[in-house]
Amino acid sequence: MIFFKRVMWLVLLNLSVLSCASQQSPQENNLYQALGEQQGISKLVDQLIVEIVADEQIFPYFAKASVSYFRKGFINHMCAISEGPCEYTGDSMVDIHTGMNISEGDFNRVVELLIRAMESTGISYPVQNRLLARLAPMREQIIKR
Amino acid sequence: MKAMKRLLSTWLLCMPCVCFANGKILATPGVSQVEGAGGGGIVPWAQLAGYATEDEIAGSVFCSTAQVQDFRLKSCGAQINFYDRIEVSYAKQDFDVEPLSLTLSQEVVGMKLRLYGDLVYSDWPQLSLGVQHKMLETPDIAFALGAKEDKGTDVYLAASKLHLGAIAGYNFLWNATLRYSSANEMGLLGYGGTEGNGALHPELSAAILLNKHFAIGTEYRVKSENLAVKESNWHDVFVAWFPNKHFNMTVAYLDLGTIANIDGQHGWYVSMSGQF
Repeated sequence: MIFFKRVMWLVLLNLSVLSCASQQSPQENNLYQALGEQQGISKLVDQLIVEIVADEQIFPYFAKASVSYFRKGFINHMCAISEGPCEYTGDSMVDIHTGMNISEGDFNRVVELLIRAMESTGISYPVQNRLLARLAPMREQIIKR
Repeated sequence: MKAMKRLLSTWLLCMPCVCFANGKILATPGVSQVEGAGGGGIVPWAQLAGYATEDEIAGSVFCSTAQVQDFRLKSCGAQINFYDRIEVSYAKQDFDVEPLSLTLSQEVVGMKLRLYGDLVYSDWPQLSLGVQHKMLETPDIAFALGAKEDKGTDVYLAASKLHLGAIAGYNFLWNATLRYSSANEMGLLGYGGTEGNGALHPELSAAILLNKHFAIGTEYRVKSENLAVKESNWHDVFVAWFPNKHFNMTVAYLDLGTIANIDGQHGWYVSMSGQF
């Protein structure tokens, strides 16, 4: 009996978490809007750049890169994959990362930096996960190239 | 308790000097299973223990304790993860049978090979093949109950997948394991018996990550009845906390059903692991 009470408690806890998440206004169902549209995405990418510059493991990969080119390309890419009013016009993921020899660990490190950037720009955990879900399938085009 | 202190001090000693494996995302390796494998609490998962990726080696230590009505299990051990490909594990289990004031002990040596995939990124679930070789050091009770052996080897195939943002934006993780085992109560009551000699059984886990530090979930493990005394399937509901990549803690509510004909065996499980 106690067991069932505990289970019920957890299920209720769970449901309350889920229902909070589903009580978002309809506009937040669109990931682009949930990220704060162009302004939110720009803020996020700027924060990601701050995180990358401060990171010993990842910064060397950007040593020869143009920050403004990366910034523009990544904002455009995020806008496109979050179903915003943009079409990605930058280079392909394979072209960008070929020769960089990015390891699985490096890739995960960038994911962590992105999570940190999303946290500090106030993007909620469910929205963070939805963005990561869109980015994750690109891993194969990025690592070990 | 002594073993727990020893493991904890070893871990504290090692932590500052060798933080050489942290390539995985927080919480994705899961926790330590009572037989020593990386997994949930009672089910071995497809993930290997520790935060090692393809070019890293990770070490972990753990201690877990389960207290139900008439029994108490303590399991402490360690895992080494080589390049996110092979996990080698060891666990020492002490099982107090309170009505008889005696302790049953066994050792488990395990190995797990990642066959395919990545929990988070691959299209199909991560797939691993594992073995657990168990040696019962106190076989008298097991033989008295009709067990045939004091040693046994479990073989399992585990599939696991994390779905990013799958449930209203929350990450959902599941694991399905198919295990061949002849063990009675994990081997603490020996292997095989008058009623059977092992079988293939499913074990299932599901969890939701509430944020990057907390997961809640549930597990179910189907077990054989090889002895004349009744043995039940196990289930639990757990909360796991991952404050960082060097420590995690799990608390679970356990329902172990009937153990050696004594029913109503439910209670609490607490587990801690350290990773470096």
